[in-house]
Amino acid sequence: MIGDCRTAALVSRDGSIDWLCWPRFDSPSIFAALLDESAGYWHLAPTMPFETVRSYIDDTNILQTRFQSPSGSAVLTDLMPVASEEAKRTLLTPDHEILRIIECEQGEIDVQMRLEPRPDYAGQPPSIRGAGRLGIKIETGEGLLVLRTDLPLEHVGASGVRASARLRAGERRYASLTFADEWPTILPPLGDWSQQAVTRSVSWWQQWVSRITYDGPARDAVVRSALVLKLLAYAPSGAVVAAPTTSLPERIGGDLNWDYRFCWLRDASLTVRALFGLGCVEEADAFIGWLLHSTRLTQPALRILYDVYGNMPDRERILKQLGGYYGSRPVRVGNAATEQLQLDVYGEVIDAVAHFVGTGGTLDRETQRMLSGFGEYVCKHWNEPDEGIWEPRSGKGHNTHSRVLCWTALDRLLQLHAKGYLRGAPVADFQRNRELIRNDVFERAWNKDIESYAARLDGDRLDASLLLLSWYGFEDARSYRMRKTYARIQEHLGAGNGLLFRYRTADSPGEGAFGICSFWGAEYLALGGGTLEEAQAALERLSAYANDVGLFAEEIDPQTGDALGNFPQAFTHVGLINTALSLMHRLGGEKPLERTIPLRQPQPSERKARV
Amino acid sequence: MNWASWLLWGFVGTIVLTTLMSASQGMHLTRMNIPYMLGTIFTPNRDRAKVIGFGVHLIIGWLFSLVYVAAFYAWGRATWWRGAAIGFVHAAFVLTVGMRLMPGMHPRMASEQQGPTVMRQLEPPGFLALNYGYQTPVSVLIAHLAFGAILGGFYAPLAGG
Repeated sequence: MIGDCRTAALVSRDGSIDWLCWPRFDSPSIFAALLDESAGYWHLAPTMPFETVRSYIDDTNILQTRFQSPSGSAVLTDLMPVASEEAKRTLLTPDHEILRIIECEQGEIDVQMRLEPRPDYAGQPPSIRGAGRLGIKIETGEGLLVLRTDLPLEHVGASGVRASARLRAGERRYASLTFADEWPTILPPLGDWSQQAVTRSVSWWQQWVSRITYDGPARDAVVRSALVLKLLAYAPSGAVVAAPTTSLPERIGGDLNWDYRFCWLRDASLTVRALFGLGCVEEADAFIGWLLHSTRLTQPALRILYDVYGNMPDRERILKQLGGYYGSRPVRVGNAATEQLQLDVYGEVIDAVAHFVGTGGTLDRETQRMLSGFGEYVCKHWNEPDEGIWEPRSGKGHNTHSRVLCWTALDRLLQLHAKGYLRGAPVADFQRNRELIRNDVFERAWNKDIESYAARLDGDRLDASLLLLSWYGFEDARSYRMRKTYARIQEHLGAGNGLLFRYRTADSPGEGAFGICSFWGAEYLALGGGTLEEAQAALERLSAYANDVGLFAEEIDPQTGDALGNFPQAFTHVGLINTALSLMHRLGGEKPLERTIPLRQPQPSERKARV
Repeated sequence: MNWASWLLWGFVGTIVLTTLMSASQGMHLTRMNIPYMLGTIFTPNRDRAKVIGFGVHLIIGWLFSLVYVAAFYAWGRATWWRGAAIGFVHAAFVLTVGMRLMPGMHPRMASEQQGPTVMRQLEPPGFLALNYGYQTPVSVLIAHLAFGAILGGFYAPLAGG
């Protein structure tokens, strides 16, 4: 994956950009060969048979693909250029650009470039025409693409562009694709200018990574996960999208294909803890700002997902023109889960705010009123059935995880009040309901027959989300009930080698092991449910399931280790980071998950959350 | 001449013209953004360029509206359709002469003959500014017709005279 914190593109092992939505994550695609071979791609690779090895330039999101062929080797560098604010003040740079540089390292090698844009999920024919020295212009309904390259052009036609060259050791060729929708496009020169764009981008990413304070186990995997989160954070608003893709199947050939290019409130608390834990304070603050701002239109009720600016995603629809990944149909855009009720989101949002306060942030009066409003909503609705964390389309129920998160919401609000961050809250009401919820969960969620907490009150099914009861501080990881629950989950949901299914019901038959649930299992051990060695081994085992450049999808096929579902998935990387953080704290003799909110002591330079 | 009326309706006309052009961009009818194009003459900083360009565009709008007012005095009256007629000529001038001159005057605009350079990277408008979208001439024409109609319709004391 390459990106510029506004959108991302996926590059295949054979040098083809097979997924790109411009100008933002949830825009219609320009390349979607990932979902249908005829839906557009940008291929640049040797013409002869080759083998590839891929890696990112250290501490960056700049991808390098090395091609080894019988006659020579070449390296392809792919990036979406980024630059510091200072550089942007002094340079005219395109709003959106993909830059590809291919260099022959050894021998000689014939390379070919094929560009076949198919705008609007291949629903719209592109208008392609040569514009002389300005490049090749491709009009789409959304804006203008301009291709500029110093590869000799072979063909410019209605369906695409083809160019090729023979490169000898040391020779480089450049290709730049820009997109403009609001104003005249910027046409970057090639050659030295492109090299400078690479240098600026390397420097920008490496400076960003230098702010990461993490120094614990699996550092490389943690830094790569941080870079994935940074790419999936939409810079203009601070929102973090779940994944840059839609409809990559949870089961190959199946219909569990959803659009993940939106922001789920469910992920809030875990994501904020990961960002703060890594020292990415700016990103965490921006995300909190988005959380509080984006939800204003629906408050005190919260939707479960929003787009990057806090609007409702488009109505879910099926794209019949796309055949799907390995025939996995339908391909969906938009997300119907937006209409569901998930009571857990209140706990997740409020816990995220508690993390913010725990790292020195303060809350203005309007935010305090808003949080109190959330608390009052929870008091009124906590005992209602909801769809729950996994958004099944099989109906509502009394979900244990949702109920515990309602407890979390009130517990954190009471803590914030006790420490002076929250004024005017109906404390007695919050306390009374917190106790009611606690008793409800203790009495009805614990199943004596199976000796485990159950996914639903008075039920007997298991769900990996129960591992979070310790994470949210509802029950100590070392308690009898949690140890038993962990054992039952391993027994019934274990997929081997540390992998866990999220549940086993008719809702998602045949889906893979769930990435973040597997990391929850490892983090449970780090939180005290297991020994240090057990937790460390679990983290190492799970980290090995990343692809060749360290990325995780939503799910993992337990048999083959292949990625399943949308890719890469922020939630899975959040799970890896949080596990590593808990482990690092435990190794350092600290409490693995510090939840103490300090007494409020306003300082002149305090970070304030405003709506 | 009524200076206050010129200042007011020249300002209103320019604001309406800018708003119409901006709406056209939002509706993906054109990528022509006059404040941005003018601002990048002075700075490559995108955000500052838009602000500076807006100020420059406002001043240019006032200056052009002087020509409209002069024409109204020459005619002895101002009506919305006379204003719109001048707007039509104004738009034709901008699209043909103005846009053609742009690459020569703009230090950061590429030319179609030489292509982009390190200094000149902004896409040139081309004939009738068609490089910014084939509906650009229509958008520009409508915006200038509105500009002229406002001046002709409201400029006192000649309006309706």
